[in-house]
Amino acid sequence: MSSWKEWIFTTDHKRVGILYLIGSMAAFGVAGLMAILMRIELSSIGPTITADPSNYNVWLYFHGAAMILGFQIPALTGFFANYVIPLMIGAKDVAFPRLNALSVWLFYAGIVLALLTFVIPDPPDVMWTAYPPYSTITRGNTAFYTFTVLTLGFASILGGVNFLTTVAYMRAPGVTWNKLNIFVWCTLAAFVLQLIFVPVLGTAVTLITFDKYLGTHFFDPLQGGDVLIYQNLFWFYSHPAVYVIFLPFIGVVYEIVATFSKNPVFNYKMVVYGGVFGIVAISGVVWVHHLYVSGMADWIRIGQMVTTLMISIPVGLMVIGLVGTLYKGAIDFRAPMLWALGVVFLFLIGGLTGIPLAIPSLTLHLSDTYYVVGHFHYVMAVAGTFAIFGGVYYFFPKMTGRMYHEGTARWGFWLTFIGVNIVFWTMMSIGVDGMPRRYYDYAHFPQFLRAHQLMTLGASLIGVGFALAVINWIHGAWKGEKAPDNPWGSRSLEWTTTTPPPPGNWAEVPKVAEDWNPYAYGQRR
Amino acid sequence: MFRHNTVLHALAWWALTGSAALAAYPPTGAVNDPARGWDRLWHEVIVDISVLGVIFAAITAWFVIRYRRRDPAQEGGSFKLTTASAVGWALIPTFVFMADDFYLAAKGWALWNDYRSVPAERLEVQLESGMYSWDYTYPNGVKVQNELKVPAGKPVLLRMTSRDTIHSHFIPDFRVKEDSMPGRVTYLWFYPEKPGEHIVTCAEFCGVMHSYMVGKVIVVAPADFTAWYEQEAARLAKQSAAKPEA
Repeated sequence: MSSWKEWIFTTDHKRVGILYLIGSMAAFGVAGLMAILMRIELSSIGPTITADPSNYNVWLYFHGAAMILGFQIPALTGFFANYVIPLMIGAKDVAFPRLNALSVWLFYAGIVLALLTFVIPDPPDVMWTAYPPYSTITRGNTAFYTFTVLTLGFASILGGVNFLTTVAYMRAPGVTWNKLNIFVWCTLAAFVLQLIFVPVLGTAVTLITFDKYLGTHFFDPLQGGDVLIYQNLFWFYSHPAVYVIFLPFIGVVYEIVATFSKNPVFNYKMVVYGGVFGIVAISGVVWVHHLYVSGMADWIRIGQMVTTLMISIPVGLMVIGLVGTLYKGAIDFRAPMLWALGVVFLFLIGGLTGIPLAIPSLTLHLSDTYYVVGHFHYVMAVAGTFAIFGGVYYFFPKMTGRMYHEGTARWGFWLTFIGVNIVFWTMMSIGVDGMPRRYYDYAHFPQFLRAHQLMTLGASLIGVGFALAVINWIHGAWKGEKAPDNPWGSRSLEWTTTTPPPPGNWAEVPKVAEDWNPYAYGQRR
Repeated sequence: MFRHNTVLHALAWWALTGSAALAAYPPTGAVNDPARGWDRLWHEVIVDISVLGVIFAAITAWFVIRYRRRDPAQEGGSFKLTTASAVGWALIPTFVFMADDFYLAAKGWALWNDYRSVPAERLEVQLESGMYSWDYTYPNGVKVQNELKVPAGKPVLLRMTSRDTIHSHFIPDFRVKEDSMPGRVTYLWFYPEKPGEHIVTCAEFCGVMHSYMVGKVIVVAPADFTAWYEQEAARLAKQSAAKPEA
């Protein structure tokens, strides 16, 4: 066992990746606990475990902000990108290993800042969106939100610079652009989006802090400011952020599905040049669908209805590519594949239930209800988390050199899968009936009591399911059976090195055959 | 199994139904109640996405069951696409999705116009929202808090602003909400057809007591409304007469 110093001061991309995984899983655990607290609070009308709505609002703030900024984005673009990309392209490490170390330090600083929420008096209670004027007049310390976002944003920008350079210049000979793994393409696209859009979010949250603490008036109409500018800046980043999560997670799912079907990715070029490129092209012009009821001009609401609906095209192509990969496959239902197929199902529900929300006239009723909450949990939160869990199971033997317990992994999957469908299907259903979101209490909607109790029950299943997975990993990493170098029989480069990979990954630069590609399974030529 | 001509038929079907629906969109009656339009369009979109969802889920489920690995050494048997079929598999779904998108966009836009064009014959009420109440002012100066009384059978227009944070005036029964905020005036309208009570709730996180920001729209018979409205106006006049401005 190596000493702790070797981990803290590491510049090895695999260790940086594992540090990202540990940090993001910690954020996931605490933010998940907040979700459980909220579900318990909502299991009865009136106060249940806290009589102060402020507590509930802080849990809700932390759940949203930490799940998106502290768990999903770092787990996907921090852990998976770091651990897997250099291995997939046959590189020794990333282009800027020290920058990489700085990035993970900043990430931990951001997690610590976020966790201070539970220590400081008057913690932030501004939701993860922090709309002014509330965020500038609240007693809560909005500055902690701002600095958490800025710190995590910097970590992400450094990652972006690093990985774009790495993939452009450090591919092994023969690993051409059209032979990159889908995951690599997806993650590159996600980093392009981060580099373009994170600075806008940084600007928005910085101006909030200026307004609240330095007496400026960017968002104060009495002094010539405008409250809507913030929402535009915020969603100009935060809608693309959905693709920063979606692209890498669907990339992970592609890797799993191809390996466990032993099939080449269906219509690779359609997936990359239609799907991935298409999403990047449209992602910056759809943010107004978050502002359909905010009082934006009618023409832009209608205009972005069309662009928002068009998102179905690249996303649809990516789903076709995924389902097509199963066609005539040799499908093996190991745990990673179960989680990946779970993603296909959850994402299908989530994606399709987003179509009504693309239409402003329907959104006039649906916006800010539980329907929206149910939809984005299906499409992004739960589908993304399933992909992360499936991906960790998939790369687990490579990372630790040991196997997890297959039976526990399946139990964990089914509990979670049943739980999320109970919770988020119910959520969408009472949302259509008018249950508004971000409510500490629903005294004037007593008809939803049973539904809320059902969701609390479902949430406990989710909690147990995810806990089983984490216990399985910890146990497997210590006590699991020794894993072979390539337990799944994958053709992709990351499985050609020893398990776990040594510093530098390969003794010498890997050589690939002329007709190699990462998905070269049983093709009839 | 999939023949391209099946997909082409689907494409043609979407395009035809789309243009037919556009041509047949009728203005109905005197007041085009957006809440009714919402229910119709919602139903249609649910059918649309359910069809898509069932097709995708059924194909996935069938593949997953049909192509299980039977022997550990087995590999997938999918064939390499020719350039033409690769392009076809990209373009045909693109056009199918685009046809559906434009169809839904056209329907959504038509309903949007109903939501945004307020009938000329209407009751116009000013709303100032604040932490945590809805304060309405009628054209004759009568003010009410949290309980908006309106006559049945007359469209109601709210012109909204806020004195502190952002709120959102949500009336689930009328399928409508719109944010109110300082520095801007936004509007929404609804059509209360029959007497009854409808809950108003805040849909934009506005502060600690957000979930308690609740009100009511009380729809009464037109005669009852007129009686109440004039009585309130008279009381208001008496009050201001008793307190002459300095």
